[in-house]
Amino acid sequence: MSTAAKYTEDHEWIKVDGDTATVGISPYAAGQLGDVVYVELPEEGKELAKGDEACVVESVKAASEVYAPVSGTVTSGNEALEDAPETVNADASGEGWFFKMTVADASELDELMDEAAYKTYCDGLE
Amino acid sequence: MSDETNEQDLKRTALHAFHVAHGAKMVPFAGYDMPVQYPMGVMKEHLHCRASAGLFDVSHMGQAFLIAEDGTFETAAKFLETLVPADVQSLKPGRQRYSQFLNDEGGILDDLMISRLAMPGHTHWIYIVVNAGCKDADYAHIEKQLPEGITLRVPDGLSLVALQGPKAAEVMARYLPDAATMKFMSSVDTPIDMDGEELWCHISRSGYTGEDGYELSIKSDKIVAFCESLLKHDEVELIGLGARDSLRLEAGLCLYGHDIDTTTSPVEAGLTWSIQKNRRKTGGFPGADRIMRELDSKPKRRRVGIEPMGRAPAREGTVIQTNNDTKIGTITSGGYGPSVEGPIAMGYVDEHFSIPGTNVQLIVRGKEMPAKIVKLPFVPNNFYRG
Repeated sequence: MSTAAKYTEDHEWIKVDGDTATVGISPYAAGQLGDVVYVELPEEGKELAKGDEACVVESVKAASEVYAPVSGTVTSGNEALEDAPETVNADASGEGWFFKMTVADASELDELMDEAAYKTYCDGLE
Repeated sequence: MSDETNEQDLKRTALHAFHVAHGAKMVPFAGYDMPVQYPMGVMKEHLHCRASAGLFDVSHMGQAFLIAEDGTFETAAKFLETLVPADVQSLKPGRQRYSQFLNDEGGILDDLMISRLAMPGHTHWIYIVVNAGCKDADYAHIEKQLPEGITLRVPDGLSLVALQGPKAAEVMARYLPDAATMKFMSSVDTPIDMDGEELWCHISRSGYTGEDGYELSIKSDKIVAFCESLLKHDEVELIGLGARDSLRLEAGLCLYGHDIDTTTSPVEAGLTWSIQKNRRKTGGFPGADRIMRELDSKPKRRRVGIEPMGRAPAREGTVIQTNNDTKIGTITSGGYGPSVEGPIAMGYVDEHFSIPGTNVQLIVRGKEMPAKIVKLPFVPNNFYRG
């Protein structure tokens, strides 16, 4: 059973399930990007420190970086996005996840925002 | 978003509140607060314009007139020909041409549309439309060279909108039946019937999407009413700057400051078609030496279409290499083509690599990505030539 999603100020979400975590971008971020046309997934085994550039998401307009919400190692990328990048817009919190990773230091999760805090944060950006 | 531009400093077109009311996401562009997209989103706006009709606010662009006091077209045309390589003098009333302001090195200061008005009593007037980001510099450039007896008039309170797409003619005909048979690159000054109200317009059959369509210059106090009226037609949707960019890129059209600038010549940029034959022979425009030399032999580099083989878009600034790692050029516009359903780009490459079919490598985030030089445009033009 995965925990509730936690959010970064860069609009990534992370959900932890046992030893691994799933990372994606928030529906707010997907909406801001517009139509996603390409996702460059991180390679399996890539080691990431919190805040490192993990992958790149491209909309019709521009390329944007996706950062690692916590430190850890990439275990897999969502290969379904290679043929269907529009899934990011359709289901950012679910099927549109980007990659899975290990969590090196669970205490880093405490520094992230919960759903309610993230919502307040986004409202402040409008 | 640029940190340099303070939101309060941004100028607004007469349609600003209209854009906001229609849910536009506004961004700074060339000193203006402009709609980059509406709730439909860039992809759907793009595809809608190619399938039906799209309405664009291009009021940020510069509209001006050159008028000779002797009442002749020839005087103003001869003057303009000292700044641009197009044949202006042979323009008939109601016809327009695309051209470029050139510097003494044959580099492009701006690109522009030049029209000779067709309205009786005004057929000596030259109407120009220039880029928003260059307009102040363009006007200063003209004023500096302007001889006695010719006036540059930059009217206040004039808006400009474009209606583009295969259904544009059908929609415009409801306002002006004759609009349907206007030929590509022609213009007319005329009242139109806006839901029973007479509205004066300068209408040209031209645009920046590769589609059939019109550009309409209308008094700013009437522009909101006109746009609201156009939107009542099911065929018409608002299109923002995002889709404007992807539409023009698919159509192989240059964006000033990206695909053309003060270092690129019209020949390198593949705009030789816009330099009429007599001017290629006689010159008499800035940078004529370089341009005639490039026409005689070959330019060092050429603007080309580039098709990345994978799915990743290659953006402006991407380095173009040969298959053995020699740099041969740079991408000047690149992104995703919604109608092409894949990544597309334009850029400059050394002349010998400019032949369509040439295989190249693009360096995207440090990785080599195979690509091919292709013919422009990426989508066929759909102009109305009568």
